[in-house]
Amino acid sequence: MSIRVGKTGNEAVAEAMRQINPDVVAAYPITPQTEIVQIFSSFVANGKVDTEFVTVESEHSAMSATVGAASAGARSMTATSANGLAFMWEIVYIAAGMRLPIVMPVVNRALSGPLNIHCDHSDTMGARDSGWIQLFSENAQEAYDNAVQAPRIAENPDVKLPVMVTMDGFIISHAMEVMEILEDEKVREFIGKYVPENPLLDVDNPVTLGPVDLQDWNFEHKRQQAEAMRNAKPVILDVASEYAKLTGRKYGLFEEYKLDDADIAIVVLGSTAGTAKVAVDQLRAKGVRAGMLKIRVFRPFPAEEIADALKHVKAVAVMDRSDSFNAVGGPVFVDVRSALYDVDNGPKIVNYIYGIGGRDVTPDHVKTAYADLAKIAETGQVENPLTYLGIRE
Amino acid sequence: MSVPKDAGWKDVPKAGRILEPGSAAKYETGGWRTYRPVHIPENCINCLFCWIYCPDQAILVEDGKFKGIDYAYCKGCGICATECPGKRGNKALKMVLDEEA
Repeated sequence: MSIRVGKTGNEAVAEAMRQINPDVVAAYPITPQTEIVQIFSSFVANGKVDTEFVTVESEHSAMSATVGAASAGARSMTATSANGLAFMWEIVYIAAGMRLPIVMPVVNRALSGPLNIHCDHSDTMGARDSGWIQLFSENAQEAYDNAVQAPRIAENPDVKLPVMVTMDGFIISHAMEVMEILEDEKVREFIGKYVPENPLLDVDNPVTLGPVDLQDWNFEHKRQQAEAMRNAKPVILDVASEYAKLTGRKYGLFEEYKLDDADIAIVVLGSTAGTAKVAVDQLRAKGVRAGMLKIRVFRPFPAEEIADALKHVKAVAVMDRSDSFNAVGGPVFVDVRSALYDVDNGPKIVNYIYGIGGRDVTPDHVKTAYADLAKIAETGQVENPLTYLGIRE
Repeated sequence: MSVPKDAGWKDVPKAGRILEPGSAAKYETGGWRTYRPVHIPENCINCLFCWIYCPDQAILVEDGKFKGIDYAYCKGCGICATECPGKRGNKALKMVLDEEA
């Protein structure tokens, strides 16, 4: 039976980490992630886990130590936010390129500058092409559920890639909600005993990891990495279906909310999905056929599946909580629009950049996007391909 | 790691991992070469300077005499040709573009 508790997102993820009981955690505090490793370090100090906790002097060292531990054969985790993730950058790519199944909760926060500690997705969106799997969470429950599923995805023999589990800074990380957690033994049984691949500490079978890899084979190893990301898609679904049997909570690559018969729809990630559901319900009550698609798995990007789910919709708005500064639109918009390119007579598609630096987004904001979509659906004309939602003009 | 010549990306250990210790001898560095040394027997005095200087033991010697060049390992560095004194100023090793050799 599940246990009903009140927890913040950070507490929920720290709880998942306690239950996963990783061999090594190397981490450095940064707002708004600090609580995760702070709470976890108390589990270490109180003997609640067997983890070797490595306090490091920076995030670059945190990810380096995590890569070292994972190479040695340890189930390894860390956690970070924003500039911490940026500081890890070099080793973030190395973790993926070395095919190490590290799990890292990332509490989404705006990247400086100007200095800001509040939620947007610029940190993890910047790392979207680093070779990590990215699971986004709408609330503390999903952050917990994604964290428990992450080791199974990362460690799958066909995948062997690191996984980021993200949640919105403060909005999820510091807000308490009623949620369900599993018993410790259920989690341990679900994730199973870790069997590392080619561990350095297996001295009877000495191996070299991360050697120089030049023109002759580097391309082939990158091709393997690309295939692993493709393999991750069915694995994520298999793990989700097994998790659903355990918890009753169903997860896919994305969640469709009243999308089946929708004329207009928005695509969104993270906590704003909850806000959008309220807006959808209010519009539905007035007879507007509004729907929503919430992306859970951003990497690998479920392009065909999203195209299929949106192909009947007349107008789609993609909500981006970060800007690509490419003078076109946000990163989610670019990927979703590309996914829809091959759909004949597909929906008109527009972009809304919102919530930057923690700017609040309310159901009314979301409803202005739906109002724009209704007009596009009616006229077939797009006046503003990109709108900065909630900006002071 | 000994990799078959026709191996593709699905056949090799992931991420460039080397799963076999002491396997550097099986890694054929000849693929790095742009120029290859070519031996001119009539100019060779068998001084074996090439054998002494070669950093990759790619000069083959038998019964104290120059026998040939192991192109599987010769990286084409050209040290042998530089050091070769030759006979009466005519070198016994010259560097030639690999595809023209």
